[in-house]
Amino acid sequence: MAEPQFRFRDDEPVGDPAVTVDSFGEQSNAAAVRIEPGDDARDLLPHLDRIRLVEVNFPVFGDGRGYSAARLLREAGYAGELRAVGDVLVDQIAFMRRCGFDAFAPDVPLNPADAEAAFARFDHVYQPTTDGRAPIWALRHG
Amino acid sequence: MYKYDTYDQAMVDARVEEFRDQVKRRLEGHITEDQFKPLRLMNGLYLQLHAYMLRVAVPYGTLSSAQMRMLGYIADKYDRGYGHFTTRQNIQYNWIKLEDAPDILADLASVEMHAIQTSGNCIRNTTSDQYAGAAADEVIDPRPYAELIRQWSTFHPEFSFLPRKFKMAVIASDTDRAAMRLHDIGIQLVKNDAGEVGAAFYVGGGMGRTPMVAPCINPFVPIDQMITYSEACLRVYNRYGRRDNKYKARIKILVHELGKDEYTRQVEAEFAHLLTQGIEPPLAELHRIQAQFADPAFEAGASDDLDRSDPDFALWVDTNCVVHKQPGYIAVTISLKPVGGIPGDASADQIRLMADLARDHSFDELRVTHAQNIVLPHVKKADLYGLWQQLDAAGLGTANLDRIGDIIACPGLDYCSLANARSIPVAQKISERLSDRSEAIGELKLKISGCINACGHHHAGHIGILGVDRKGVENYQLLLGGCEGADTSLGQITGPGFDEDGIVDAVEKATEVYLSTRQDGERFLDTYRRIGMAPFKEALYG
Amino acid sequence: MKILTGNDLKTGAVTWWDGVQWSLHVEDAVDVGDHADTILARESAARRVNAAYAVDATKEPEGVRPAHIKERIRALGPTVRMDLTLKPADPEAGTWVI
Ligand code: SF4
Repeated sequence: MAEPQFRFRDDEPVGDPAVTVDSFGEQSNAAAVRIEPGDDARDLLPHLDRIRLVEVNFPVFGDGRGYSAARLLREAGYAGELRAVGDVLVDQIAFMRRCGFDAFAPDVPLNPADAEAAFARFDHVYQPTTDGRAPIWALRHG
Repeated sequence: MYKYDTYDQAMVDARVEEFRDQVKRRLEGHITEDQFKPLRLMNGLYLQLHAYMLRVAVPYGTLSSAQMRMLGYIADKYDRGYGHFTTRQNIQYNWIKLEDAPDILADLASVEMHAIQTSGNCIRNTTSDQYAGAAADEVIDPRPYAELIRQWSTFHPEFSFLPRKFKMAVIASDTDRAAMRLHDIGIQLVKNDAGEVGAAFYVGGGMGRTPMVAPCINPFVPIDQMITYSEACLRVYNRYGRRDNKYKARIKILVHELGKDEYTRQVEAEFAHLLTQGIEPPLAELHRIQAQFADPAFEAGASDDLDRSDPDFALWVDTNCVVHKQPGYIAVTISLKPVGGIPGDASADQIRLMADLARDHSFDELRVTHAQNIVLPHVKKADLYGLWQQLDAAGLGTANLDRIGDIIACPGLDYCSLANARSIPVAQKISERLSDRSEAIGELKLKISGCINACGHHHAGHIGILGVDRKGVENYQLLLGGCEGADTSLGQITGPGFDEDGIVDAVEKATEVYLSTRQDGERFLDTYRRIGMAPFKEALYG
Repeated sequence: MKILTGNDLKTGAVTWWDGVQWSLHVEDAVDVGDHADTILARESAARRVNAAYAVDATKEPEGVRPAHIKERIRALGPTVRMDLTLKPADPEAGTWVI
């Protein structure tokens, strides 16, 4: 289990090991699951009520499928922890946060000051996501 | 034209500071080139054959005179006194220093410009019809819709690491002047019987190694769902586009492998879901943007008369100017293709002159065309002769729009590190050899790429030329019969390639076949479509 | 012979390894034998060069000649703008790349 370097939640972190999407369906007591890039996040939708941690793996930073996986889960109402793990770079974490990630466990720890600056870089955003930030068009039209 | 508000301005300003910080980290050794490369690419900074190259976005090809003047200033201050206008309606500088790049972006931001997403596997700068807002045949001005897409796609959190780059184009006429169906998503704005505006979506076109013409997957998406539909198209692509092979990663391969019907089914399912998410900007936002693209204050009753007594002027008017929707006005294309020149290059002085002419004679507006020319969209006919004289004196008065000398050529091996062969010298030689026959030959679109990436759109040329590497020697393949527009077709290779002089001879022979077999009113392309490849092959290799 | 070329990190200028440092002139390039990887790793890590790589070349009477046209154009500059190359006064310089 990858320990998060950054976590934006107040609840207790889940200690259970994350299981694969394939085996998750059969293990009715599992509360943590790990999504690989090729997995279909929608396979988890029937089980959202018992999931408390989803780890989304980014084996290489350029593979952006995990961003869609995260949004799909949040759009379906998933409220548990969504943790980005793997090749997570400082210049991506703000995008990830917008897609619904609220915990980050990079393979190579990030410089905390750089990460803080990255999270705070843009005051406003053009697109609505489930992160609750009002898009610029909403601000323009009150 | 669109004016940034404080939100838009804050966005580009924050981006400049972010990049300044990234450059600093790189120069001080806190990040490696492997980590820095995707960051600089997201800001349009490439490392090319001779130096860093900066690609500046010109959203939907539209520029104000202040923006154009800034492009000239940057050419002088940070580069070597010129810039290169590209087939993506952008401008590139070839001699940029990394340490200057943040300052250049800051200068650009001061005139509401940027280099955001001009590279990388993200949604690139949206292109459009260069005559938008002036064309007599448009259903509506497409640029507000392109601006809506610009904002939606800027720093899109889900779509910044797509399988591959992603290009969109928006047009609003049946005559397609933006090669719309050769984009990842091409949108044609249309009106239905009730007079409502909608977006026809063409998805999965592209050039490169596997050229494909985009099929229409939805002929009418209501305009207040255009962004949501785009998001659905992109999400299906981001999830299922191939990532195992760079050459199969564009959306055209996904659409092709799934089949248009299955891809469309998946998009429609995703679209139905996304409609519940409230991601579409309200129509009020579209109307806010549209208000900024309102027609300029055309003079009512301006005269349509032109004094055509100067034959050079008359030829230029007939060749380079097109009908305007407003009586008394005309849209002017300034050719950046002087005979024997470098296609798309303009000196800082020329850039400034065009800026001044736009300010004085075109309601402050210019356009960059995908054929690497500049348009002054709204010129009063009464001003036209004086305007032409100034252009002509600056080497910008060549009368060759869509003629054999109006060659599209990518930078090729003179500048591009991916190239197999040089493009520019071939363009120069063809232009020198055949420009005196320009009028006899008539419309002929010739397009040259220095490698299979097809930045020079060679597949879409009536005559296309592709540079290849044959055992370390430059070699050129000839293609015939390509065409963009409503009747988009892809060029076919004639046969074995030619060396540099051989390809110039081959193009000349192809034009001779055309001239000797054409029927009344036929363009080169029409003749080719009627008689087919065989007579050309015979002349070339027989 | 094997020679090394890259770009200056700050300015982007094309450079060649001359045995001690990075030169703007291909004539200065030296044969690195089988030390290419060691030199490239050391020099890149020290940020004295960026995106450097090794290429084949030959020693000709007029100087070092990279085997591939791409590096010959790198060495000279754009053949269509001789005024911007390293040999702006030599009208024949362009023929060297072919
Ligand atoms: S087509 Fe090839 S050579 Fe030409 S600019 Fe594109 S990548 Fe470079």
